[in-house]
Amino acid sequence: MSSERLDTIGLKSARFREERLKSWQALERLLARTEGGRTGRLSDEDLLELPRLYRAALSSLSVARATSLDQGVVRYLESLCERAYYTLYGARAPLWKRFVGYLLHGWPSAVRAIWPELLVALGITMLAALIGVGFVVSDPEWFYAFVDAGLAGERNPAASRETLESVIYTSDADKEEGGFGAFAAYLFSHNSRVAILAFALGFAFGIPTMFLLIQNGLMLGAFIGLHMNKQLGFEIGGWLSVHGTTEIGAIILAGAGGLHIGRKVAFPGRQTRLASAAASGDIGARVLGGVVIMLFVAGLLEAYPRQLVDSDLIRYAIGWGLFVLWCAYFFIPRRMNQSEVA
Amino acid sequence: MAGATNVPPKRLSDRDLITPEGVNLGVRLADVSARFGALVIDLLVMVVILIVATIIIGTGGGSVGGEVTFIIWILMFFILRNFYFMLFEMGPRAATPGKRMMKIRVASRSGARLSTSSIFARNAMREIELFLPVLILLSGGTLTGQTEAVDGWMWLAATIWFLIFAFFPLFNKDRLRVGDLIGGTWVVRAPKPELLPDLSANADARSGQYAFTPQQLAAYGIAELHVLEDVLRVRDPQVMRDVAERIAEKIGWTVTQGQTSEGFLKAYYAGLRGRLEAGLLMGRRRADKHDLENAG
Repeated sequence: MSSERLDTIGLKSARFREERLKSWQALERLLARTEGGRTGRLSDEDLLELPRLYRAALSSLSVARATSLDQGVVRYLESLCERAYYTLYGARAPLWKRFVGYLLHGWPSAVRAIWPELLVALGITMLAALIGVGFVVSDPEWFYAFVDAGLAGERNPAASRETLESVIYTSDADKEEGGFGAFAAYLFSHNSRVAILAFALGFAFGIPTMFLLIQNGLMLGAFIGLHMNKQLGFEIGGWLSVHGTTEIGAIILAGAGGLHIGRKVAFPGRQTRLASAAASGDIGARVLGGVVIMLFVAGLLEAYPRQLVDSDLIRYAIGWGLFVLWCAYFFIPRRMNQSEVA
Repeated sequence: MAGATNVPPKRLSDRDLITPEGVNLGVRLADVSARFGALVIDLLVMVVILIVATIIIGTGGGSVGGEVTFIIWILMFFILRNFYFMLFEMGPRAATPGKRMMKIRVASRSGARLSTSSIFARNAMREIELFLPVLILLSGGTLTGQTEAVDGWMWLAATIWFLIFAFFPLFNKDRLRVGDLIGGTWVVRAPKPELLPDLSANADARSGQYAFTPQQLAAYGIAELHVLEDVLRVRDPQVMRDVAERIAEKIGWTVTQGQTSEGFLKAYYAGLRGRLEAGLLMGRRRADKHDLENAG
């Protein structure tokens, strides 16, 4: 054997690679199985093996960087370790567990965290609604300024009391016909989009979100004013309460989430603007996730109880009973288990 | 001594990712072009799903009645629009099919785990970044169902709005779109690990006919070795011939019968790597051919 030959065969880095190759490939196979989304199918040995192989690969990478000039190996190990890192350190509880944790703590705690914005969003909506009522009561023509004609349908200042009443109380014939499910699905998807919009627009320092809340409040007020003009104030209150406490509450929550982001982007305080935006996004998203759930509930309420229950008192009871439940759910403090936060 | 480890020089798109074990893995940000490609693929997938599902629901709907059909369709459209990106990014690969195809993924900027709320936030922003302005543009300036006036100004505003968000990633160093900013995420390259063959291994069979003197092997440093490695992996005959000629000239090597450019380069690669790696063990890291201090 010539001396040159010994040189190449004996490249220490090549031997190093030969010896470690098996463990790298084992890690690669485990990762492929994990990423297939069936972590549950990994055996106990595999689960123990994963971090061991990861650390071995990480140590190989350090050795390779220091002693090997084979770029192929270094690049391979870098991407292998990165993938393993994301898998290991990104590992989370199963989806249903995270969801339960979210419902128990993640969502209510996020809502509590943005209470100042919640008050602002609530105030804006109430004020806009009062203004809407005031204007429409003093001059019914204002109704057209606040409410989109397409959305109002036959309910406008020109409508008779009977027309308005017919919308508030579903006729027996319509109850027979049904079709409420489609209505609920439509309402849910429409309202969710409005909520997501209110949230996302918060990015522009919250200003468009405020406009959206004002518009929403004015519309609400105009509707109430319209019915008050025809002495149907109490009745429309019941009609709106059934789903309104949940639905308008959800929109206010989404708006508050948007305002929170806007405030944190505009005034980051001691944090950097980027860190502040990301932290506010985390809280905002947790609020918004629940808003979608609320709107789903509201869609069902709007389609079934509202259309099927005619008694004003029961309508009020349903709506405000739910309101109390939502408030209790959000604001009654409870013990927090850190590991359960989604 | 310059740098104790074999980390290639930092590029503009390289970011640190230091594991709890203290190793800097380094991540590379995804190119804007790759992200755009991924988005286009995902939108196409969504359109195809929508069309196929509409056909299936439309044809199968007759048996279950119009209302159920309508409910299924409207919920599906809603889920597709708002949760397509979310559901895929919540998976173990943190990537939509489009991102997977472009070999990129979402990661948390802090290196911590990617939380569900981060993914939710980054994708909720798509509504104002993408869907809403595009829908306004497509409808010619009407806000869906809000007004019937086809307004030129509205169209102009939507265009500006869309452009601001679309070009946002080009104007910050981490290539964040607004959703990434709010979600605390960024998009990084995630190539599938692929172990390329060790080039020195193939060289030993023929190395007998290539015997280099230490002086000949001392002509180059690590930078040149890596260029040579790339040349040998690409295996373009013309390039290999040119490089072989340059090296032969520099080290004063005369090509004899039966020696190919590739054979010569591989042997020289193995020899050079052996020498430089031996230097590494002695703490001599010869950066390139001009680094005579560490030439050993």
